[in-house]
Amino acid sequence: MEKIPFLQMGEYLLVTIQIDMHDQLALTLQEDLTNKIIQTSARGVLIDISSLDIVDSFIGRILSNIAKMSQILGAQTVVVGMQPAVAITLVELGLSLTGILTALNIEKGMLLLQAQATFPAKSQNKYTRQ
Amino acid sequence: MSVRGNNQILEVVKNHQAEILADWLKIQLSSGVRPDLIKESQLRKECQEFLELFKEALEQGDLTDIHASNWSEVREILAKLSRNRSHKGFTPSETANFIFSLKPPLFERIRQLSTQDNHTLLEQVWQITTLLDQLGLWTTEIYQKSREEVILRQQEELIELSTPVVQLWEGILALPVIGTLDSTRTQTMMESLLQEIIDKKAELAIIDITGVPTVDTLTAQHLLKTVTAARLMGAECIISGVRPQIAQTIVYLGVDLSNVVTKASLSDAFALALKQLGLKITNREPHRFEHDERL
Repeated sequence: MEKIPFLQMGEYLLVTIQIDMHDQLALTLQEDLTNKIIQTSARGVLIDISSLDIVDSFIGRILSNIAKMSQILGAQTVVVGMQPAVAITLVELGLSLTGILTALNIEKGMLLLQAQATFPAKSQNKYTRQ
Repeated sequence: MSVRGNNQILEVVKNHQAEILADWLKIQLSSGVRPDLIKESQLRKECQEFLELFKEALEQGDLTDIHASNWSEVREILAKLSRNRSHKGFTPSETANFIFSLKPPLFERIRQLSTQDNHTLLEQVWQITTLLDQLGLWTTEIYQKSREEVILRQQEELIELSTPVVQLWEGILALPVIGTLDSTRTQTMMESLLQEIIDKKAELAIIDITGVPTVDTLTAQHLLKTVTAARLMGAECIISGVRPQIAQTIVYLGVDLSNVVTKASLSDAFALALKQLGLKITNREPHRFEHDERL
């Protein structure tokens, strides 16, 4: 059975989704990731979905759930590298993933995580009204 | 009767082709045709070609329906001619006159040669006039069609043109929106903006709506969708160029823009964007511009 690997980088976990997500795989990912966060007491999770071309409402919801669960477990989640088509689909489906941090690529996502670790009180929206 | 009529018309065209051509040309040159748009030699060539094909079509019979197979070549050459003329700037009447001005010389020949009674003559004139009317209408039809093609192509080009994404600074994109935002345009706009965000690795995008005449709930929804999609990819959007009337409309419509940063002008939005990226613009020679405190 296929699994999505986790890479540990210090206190952060790196999850790179490189295969087509199907429903069961998404559920397995949710299960494994929550366990892994507890095991490693990670403080941040980076989910790279740049090679994900297609999402449906279920995968979108699971992604959103995973991010929320990690946040509850004390790990800030950043979703990075979403493709335009995926973003448009999620918006059309009405899944705006509120409360989830996003970044353009892993590098920027990592910077964002580090900034979050320094100022944990900073709100989700980096560019709030001044 | 009708076959004999056909034959006679064919005879007339066959035996007097050169004369008809000359008369036809003379009529066109003296009345309708514009020397600034078409040369006489070109016109002569076109008339000659047409008459040749016209004669061939007559030889094959059917005079009543120009959509029959024997008229296909005539239709083709007329289509080419109308298209050509619509591009050159002829009016539809001028284009149709190409055919209609063939009537006088033809009728004249038929009248001269006719030894028969008025009935037969009338019959022949009627036949030829119906035929030429159909051909004339055909040129108008093609003329219209080619105009429509132009409009359609321009529409497509306009959609492409109206959604340019420009880079203002490293990491800052701007999308000036001009004209009404409908679903199709929003889709194109969203796609090109998101693609540029990836290509340029931009963290900030400024959507400038100075050129949008009105904002209704649908437009606002389209804008919010674009902003949300960009945010999902990890880029933030600033909406700029909100005019006073638009601000009023948005509030009256009850559209919630509290999740989006909005600014009155593009320069304000750009200043904010630079600030977010930790950049600052300063004067190179501060003493010369000291009075301008805003910078």
